[in-house]
Amino acid sequence: MELFRIKKDIPFMSYGRLTTTISLVTFLFAIFFLATKGLALGVDFTGGTVMEVNYPQTADIGKIRSAVDSIGLSDATVQNFGTSRDVLIRLPVKKGVTSAKLSEDVLGALKKDDASVEIRRVEFVGPQVGQELYENGALALLLVSIGIMAYLALRFEWRFAVSAIIANMHDVVIILGFFAFFQWEFNLTVLAAVLAVLGYSVNESVVVFDRVRENFRKMRKASVHEVIDNAITRTMSRTIITHAMTQTMVLSMLFFGGEVLHNFALALTIGILFGIYSSVLVASPIVMWLGISREDLIKPEKKEDPAEVLS
Amino acid sequence: MNRYPLWKYLLILTVLILGAVYATPNFFGESPAVQVSLAKSNGKLDTGLLAQVESSLKDGGIVYQAAKLDASGVKVRFADTDTQIKAKDVLTGKLGRDYVVALNLVSRSPEWLRSVGALPMYLGLDLRGGVHFLLQVDMKAAIDKAAERYVGDLRTLMREKRIAYLGVVRDGQSVQVKFKAADELAKAQAEIQKNFPDLTLKESDNGGEKLLTATLGLQAQKRIQEFALKQNIQTLHNRVNELGVAEPIIQQQGVDRVVVQLPGVQDTAKAKEILGRTATLEIRMVDEEKADAATLQNAAKGQVPFGDELYTERNGIPVLVKKNVVLTGDYITDAGPGLDQQSGGSVVHVNFDGRGARIFKQVTRENVGKRMAILLVEKGQAEVITAPVIREEIGGGRVQISGMANVQEATDVALLLRAGALAAPMDIIEERTVGPSMGEENIRRGVHSTLWGFAAIAVMMALYYLVFGTISVLALGFNLLLLVAVLSLLQATLTLPGLAAIALALGMAIDANVLINERIREEVRNGSTPQASITAGYERAFGTILDSNVTTLIAGLALFMFGTGPVKGFAVVHVLGILTSMFSAILVSRALVNLFYGYRRKIDKLVIG
Repeated sequence: MELFRIKKDIPFMSYGRLTTTISLVTFLFAIFFLATKGLALGVDFTGGTVMEVNYPQTADIGKIRSAVDSIGLSDATVQNFGTSRDVLIRLPVKKGVTSAKLSEDVLGALKKDDASVEIRRVEFVGPQVGQELYENGALALLLVSIGIMAYLALRFEWRFAVSAIIANMHDVVIILGFFAFFQWEFNLTVLAAVLAVLGYSVNESVVVFDRVRENFRKMRKASVHEVIDNAITRTMSRTIITHAMTQTMVLSMLFFGGEVLHNFALALTIGILFGIYSSVLVASPIVMWLGISREDLIKPEKKEDPAEVLS
Repeated sequence: MNRYPLWKYLLILTVLILGAVYATPNFFGESPAVQVSLAKSNGKLDTGLLAQVESSLKDGGIVYQAAKLDASGVKVRFADTDTQIKAKDVLTGKLGRDYVVALNLVSRSPEWLRSVGALPMYLGLDLRGGVHFLLQVDMKAAIDKAAERYVGDLRTLMREKRIAYLGVVRDGQSVQVKFKAADELAKAQAEIQKNFPDLTLKESDNGGEKLLTATLGLQAQKRIQEFALKQNIQTLHNRVNELGVAEPIIQQQGVDRVVVQLPGVQDTAKAKEILGRTATLEIRMVDEEKADAATLQNAAKGQVPFGDELYTERNGIPVLVKKNVVLTGDYITDAGPGLDQQSGGSVVHVNFDGRGARIFKQVTRENVGKRMAILLVEKGQAEVITAPVIREEIGGGRVQISGMANVQEATDVALLLRAGALAAPMDIIEERTVGPSMGEENIRRGVHSTLWGFAAIAVMMALYYLVFGTISVLALGFNLLLLVAVLSLLQATLTLPGLAAIALALGMAIDANVLINERIREEVRNGSTPQASITAGYERAFGTILDSNVTTLIAGLALFMFGTGPVKGFAVVHVLGILTSMFSAILVSRALVNLFYGYRRKIDKLVIG
């Protein structure tokens, strides 16, 4: 079976202006939602307490609500989580209360109504720790970007490094934009997914760039334009198959992974979909506009094409 | 040309066998067990303990599957959790307080696997259930406490050296000594410098009084902080032992933080209370000279006599207690709850060490007929538990403290006194609790995600690339096996994000094989011979695979370095997954292709779909 037998090169670069414009618009939308709505940061970053409790029967949210109110925690949110029997209670940071005690108080109040309530998990993060996790996350993001750029600049050329990082940061911003728009909770696990996407999406650009470099050697008479078009067309099949495979795995996580992995899988899904788009249709035009040429990649003294030596 | 030298096949075979050996313990599951370990480091673990455990169980009529002695203690396996809990109760009763009896899970894998170090993966708290605490030590309080100690020390020093001084007070983290005459100050300065080289001294003149301000040097402050942290970790160890937890983790993190992980702990409220309490005992004398009603009334209005503090006894009667501490909980060697022979009320029996016993004896001898206050100090708040009249000199260091509200309080107070005090108060700044049922569910979810995803990928790959697809799937399976084996071997903590990383590693590792297969197809299309297509496909894909894996690796390493908690758990598996996938996707799949095609003289067509 072969789904993508493309005879003629698709002139991707002629659509460059269109595809990058689409990207730019999505990107600006993402920024807009990030700025206006902001990320729904989870307890990991804001500090506070999250409790998940389980009832053997359908939980009565109203009753839980009033139980939590009764101990003076009216700013808590109470909602179902996954099933009708699981309830998630969020408590913001409270000054002066030994916050670790908070969850005990809540459980005590709930037990008064219904002794069968069972605690599933409690997460309490002090505001200071939240701040640190936030800073560390941002630092990791920065370091990943610098590391990848340095490697690409070393292995390829600075133009590739710059365009790959622009394409990938654009993916990251779009994921964040989605999370802001839908107000999905952004926690440490999602951050891990975002950083994984950054690494994964660069893969994509690397595969195309690798082909571009190879084509510069082989297609001696072709223009830069044609070289890139050919590289993208040739890697098209691989791009789609690989992403389909990875996406299959991520879908499996989305379906079977439960609530904890849900947002993780969502972030990956968005990342994978936009990753294809950006690395093919954003990174490549940028490389072209940055003025890549044959001479940038193939130094005269460079030894012969390894492919010719082999066979 | 599509043949590997023999050593490469042997290498892959060896890795396969090793991988299989180290991955298998994960498939045996775990049995409920009871672990008996030493509460104090000075005891000894030997076959005697094993025999004692076995006979105790036999006496209790409890059937066990196996009992074993290893470096961490005696582990006894049971068929079900009911027997396990029964056995724990029996053993706790029989073995006494020198041992920690804890519930645990022990792998059912056979002995020979364990003897080669093949253990199941080490599951994180979100998979096995338990509590994680991050505690912050209040270093300011530790220094305040040290300054408080110097107040007493300086006072004693000046009395000994017969230096006339007006007063010694603590001012924040420094100590001020007041003098009337400058020559006394000079004398004191010389003595203090000789006896307490850690203190930096500064003179000043405050009208009629000469002041000498002593501050702790930076070096000394650092030492005090380090000591406080160490002392707190030690105390936490003692307290955790009292809770009976198998495999607890108590570690320093940064300069002023402690991580405590208690796997399998169900009663988190109790754990939190025991860990967070900073109770210590103080014995001070009641100020008998100012026990009259008028002074007490004035004291209640805020005019507390100098050198005294006002407390209220449990029966509501106010009492003035001297600030000077006679004895602290530091001298306690043992404490236990009990009942008073005469009154029947709950009491705590306390044993002091040699020095404590001597001090206690001396104080009681000198103060017969006077009242002694026993205070429980918790989070800077002191409470007079009882203030009995000393009837006679008490020697031998055995003291009974009455005045406990009930048996439960007596038990708690005894535990706290026994486990020692914290050198500085601690606050819980992060807590993650996962119930045991949640842990099991998380494992199920993670495993299901991986297996269903793997199955779907396998079907798709086999359909799309036929023989080459099947080989890719085999290589991917090899990758999974290897990853599980490496994780088991390293005993890296596996968390739910870690399980997700295993799934994702497989989803991303297949990229290498897709790249290779696509290249081979392309070569075939360009008219190369089958054998040449295979070689060229692998060679050309290699550079791309390397580049893309290195970039992913960079992301993984940054995650590992800056990640905390779930992010770190994800990063470990992510990075290891990239490394194992490089091996399996390139070397293993090539070996399989070589075995399949490399030894044929003539191939009409590669079955690559």
